[in-house]
Amino acid sequence: MYTEKVMDHFQNPRNVGEIQDASGVGTVGNAKCGDIMRIYLDIDDNEIIQDVKFKTFGCGAAVATSSMATELVKGKDVGEALKVTNKAVMEALDGLPPVKVHCSLLAEEAIHAALWDYAERKGIKIEGLEKPKTDIAEHEETEEY
Amino acid sequence: MKKLIYLDNAATTKLAPDVLEAMLPYYKEYYGNPSSIYELATVSKKAINQSRETLAKSLGAEENEIYFTAGGSESDNWALKATVEAYKAKGNHIITTKIEHHAILHTAEYLEQNGCEVTYIEVDENGVIKLEELKKAIRPTTILISVMFANNEIGTIQPIKEIGELARKHGIVFHTDAVQAFGQVPINVDEYHIDMLSGSGHKLNGPKGIGFLYIRKGIKIRSFIHGGAQERKRRAGTENVPGIVGIGKATERAVASMEERTAKEKELRDYVIGRVLKEVPYTRLNGHPTKRLPNNINFSFQFIEGESLLIMLDMEGICSSSGSACTSGSLDPSHVLLAIGLPHEIAHGSLRLTLGEDNTKEDMDFVIDAVKRIVERLRSMSPLYEDFMKNK
Repeated sequence: MYTEKVMDHFQNPRNVGEIQDASGVGTVGNAKCGDIMRIYLDIDDNEIIQDVKFKTFGCGAAVATSSMATELVKGKDVGEALKVTNKAVMEALDGLPPVKVHCSLLAEEAIHAALWDYAERKGIKIEGLEKPKTDIAEHEETEEY
Repeated sequence: MKKLIYLDNAATTKLAPDVLEAMLPYYKEYYGNPSSIYELATVSKKAINQSRETLAKSLGAEENEIYFTAGGSESDNWALKATVEAYKAKGNHIITTKIEHHAILHTAEYLEQNGCEVTYIEVDENGVIKLEELKKAIRPTTILISVMFANNEIGTIQPIKEIGELARKHGIVFHTDAVQAFGQVPINVDEYHIDMLSGSGHKLNGPKGIGFLYIRKGIKIRSFIHGGAQERKRRAGTENVPGIVGIGKATERAVASMEERTAKEKELRDYVIGRVLKEVPYTRLNGHPTKRLPNNINFSFQFIEGESLLIMLDMEGICSSSGSACTSGSLDPSHVLLAIGLPHEIAHGSLRLTLGEDNTKEDMDFVIDAVKRIVERLRSMSPLYEDFMKNK
């Protein structure tokens, strides 16, 4: 069901944990739908992401996309990090099953939420960053008989 | 290859070698169509009758009350749809429960779209049907009560006898989906006042693709599959002879070993439940603590999600299942876990282990250790657990 890369990032997730005194923290998703992601960013004075950590409650794809998203933004500056899309996360994982695509959206949104928190704390505005929705999981009942 | 520990026997079971042995001649030598008149075919015919007799005996029923089908889902569909058709002069109301298998629930929903009225009775926190609610739901137009014998997810065994008595008193047909219970607990259709009962072969070390519907004499439901005189004109189609032989042999085995096998399973079940509840904090047992199938274990681990748990257990060679949304293919967790009142996030973290005849205590120790390790690991990655520990 999952690609080797997804399984690798699920079994050996990169950057799991917390950052004390983080520059920005973002939490998205909700427990009702079964996915919550939290991203911690440590951003230096040159706006470079020095460190990033995550915690995730969710399925294999949720853990793997969180892990990959942290890998993709680590060492980048804020502007570049903002350009890491869910598509980039999915491609880096060699794809996701269709029902798990929302996990990659959640990962992108978690990064944005952490950046938003950083900007708010610093009282700055990041070009191109909109206030993230904290909860992007789908709600509609789609089952048909 | 690493050792496989199979703990998903409620999903399906391994075909027993002696069942396969019994089936093979009916593929290789006695391939005749049982409806034909030559000697070759009469061997098949005889084998079908023998299997029918075994099944009937195991339920305290008559031979001509057992009808072979392609499985539990067909039996459930048949029971509901044909009852609605046969009893439409009397009424259009069906009573069932919120925790039925989808073969019942989706059929009931389909019937609702076609003019039936359906009442879905609630269950208590242990998954036991609320009998008072059932009593109140009965109307003059009620034609069928369908309540599962035992639940496939949480293993809770329903008060079938009481429900049967109630149905009998009101002259309502009583059907029970016994796919999980058949071969696990003794069932007598007369004692429990069961009018129809669905069973399946592959849940008791028999083959897949074979099931049956018990229909009490006098219940006037008609054919569901048309096209031939098989099964006393009630279920057309050339008989699945090897399958029928297989379910017969599997039933014979299950009945013969029931006492000893289920005693062993109960012991293992309660050992696992006891140790996990004691050694893994923030864990609950889903389903009734004692009125449950001998082989069913169902936990909810707070702060973690079921699919992650299943994948990690699979990496240790352990096959199990969960009621999490990610494993159900929808966004909602199991309807059964929600019906017993679990909040979504706790329902997402469920794990079902269903034992089989091959499991040992050593296996269970291995599984318990793996579960402890994996739950701890997933919690260390969970933002819900982080928040919980900080606010404690």
